[in-house]
Amino acid sequence: MQQGLGELDELYQEVLLDHYRNPRNTDRLDDPTSEVDAINPFCGDEIHMQLGLDGDKVASISVTGQGCSISQAAGSLLTEIVDGKTTTEARALRELFREMMTGEEVSDEVADRLEDSLALQGVRRFPVRIKCALLSWSALIDALDKVAPAKP
Amino acid sequence: MSPVTHLDVESIRADFPILTRQVNGRLLTYLDNAATSQKPTQVIQSLVDYYERYNSNVHRGVHTLSIEATEAYEDARGKVQRFINAPSPESIIWTRNTSESLNLVAYTWAEANVAAGDEIVTTAMEHHSDIVPWQQLAMRKGATLKIIPETENGRLDMEQAALLITDRTKIVATTHMSNVLGTVVDVKALADAAHAVGAVILVDAAQSVPHMPVDVQALNCDFMAFSAHKMLGPTGIGVLYGRPEILEVMPPWMFGGDMILEVSYEDASWNDLPYRFEAGTPNIADAIATGAAVDYLEALGMDNVWAHEQKITGYALGRFAELEGINLLGPQEIEDKGAVLSFSHDSLHSHDLGTALDQLGIAIRTGHHCAMPLIRSHGIVSAARASFYIYNTEAEVDVLIDGLKEAQRYFSKAGIA
Repeated sequence: MQQGLGELDELYQEVLLDHYRNPRNTDRLDDPTSEVDAINPFCGDEIHMQLGLDGDKVASISVTGQGCSISQAAGSLLTEIVDGKTTTEARALRELFREMMTGEEVSDEVADRLEDSLALQGVRRFPVRIKCALLSWSALIDALDKVAPAKP
Repeated sequence: MSPVTHLDVESIRADFPILTRQVNGRLLTYLDNAATSQKPTQVIQSLVDYYERYNSNVHRGVHTLSIEATEAYEDARGKVQRFINAPSPESIIWTRNTSESLNLVAYTWAEANVAAGDEIVTTAMEHHSDIVPWQQLAMRKGATLKIIPETENGRLDMEQAALLITDRTKIVATTHMSNVLGTVVDVKALADAAHAVGAVILVDAAQSVPHMPVDVQALNCDFMAFSAHKMLGPTGIGVLYGRPEILEVMPPWMFGGDMILEVSYEDASWNDLPYRFEAGTPNIADAIATGAAVDYLEALGMDNVWAHEQKITGYALGRFAELEGINLLGPQEIEDKGAVLSFSHDSLHSHDLGTALDQLGIAIRTGHHCAMPLIRSHGIVSAARASFYIYNTEAEVDVLIDGLKEAQRYFSKAGIA
């Protein structure tokens, strides 16, 4: 069966396109608690992440970068969902996100918890792009590890 | 030079089983040849023949299979030697790939000959594999790495080259053809400049040997590196050519079987060239298949291969001019430009373009092309690249152009292009 570009609709969902066009939380933090650069060596996508922690809570977050629509939209979406969460909750969200990218259909409960990041679900069908969606989430873990290592 | 004849592309395509493959419901349009070429039946069959009929270790046994395998393995070396007009089969060393060939020179010749205060000269258009080994060498030795810049029209700045190659230069490492820009470098001029100051020249010919007639003696280069997989051959095997007088005194790098002459518990002495640089059981099957790839290209004639690619690249350059929002990198004229067209888009990332084209069965390269400094020097983070070979047609260029237009329409409707 010959197919056109209609199949891409599953990948480029409106929420994702919106975040790519207008990325959220891009203002640099004045005094970040933690800061990391993440680069995908295979494609050169870049994410620069700053975290401001208030105790164990993510009080502010900023993501900027350069790269494809998936990597940049995923970064923007991440800032919305992680903002205000505890570091433990943020780590748990990363696990859920990773499961969505690599595993089976997500349950309604997981879908709720991932909020708008659920729009990245379609990336699963394009395996080579999964690493684009995961880049900012790896950056988050690196940023957390620097200041608030995972609790045993 | 024999008069150029047109390649019979239809019959060439019939030799490449993969070209009948469907991808996402469409006939494959394979335009990622600068990454790796496809393989003709003749090459695939030579691998099968070896494993089915005379698989055996080389340079060891006295039995029939070992003799046949050794003959075929050395025969392939001779084919490569004649293909690049090297002075002797001993000057052809089998490696794993271009990167290993370049590292071999960095770890042997350069390790022994580059000292603190010396200079290594390379170019702004190198693949990572011809930058990083020299950066590391410079750090180990306290030497300086100098970069010949690119001109505004995508050529190598030969005036700067003349200034950068000085009495302190020990080695000039240059690409013969840029894997991003398609620029063909005047290697002979750089070789003359290097030799005038007593330096050696090493040529990364990964993108040139598959596509044009290459004569190491006419170019007067001291080392040349290339891979079989970009020239119809299998992956996992490459070549280092070295000028015989240099190889003769160059220290070995890897130690083990086949590279020794005599071994005692206390010491060892080294085998003759080229075996001194081929420790352990070599990649016999793939060397033999490389010989089959050379046979295939020789039968076509490298002048004809180059002429075909010039024609198709010229056609593609003309059609690219129709596209809006697309910026071509490198020379825009066909002279001294290989069949590589890299481009960026005003607003779209190359991965988004690449995913869309894949939906249409079109295979191109996207990303930084293992040339991050070059890509960044153009003020971009990634590029898309279409690269052509003997089996590509103008009709496939049309498929690419139509695909790019369709992708642009799609992303424009999505509001991101």
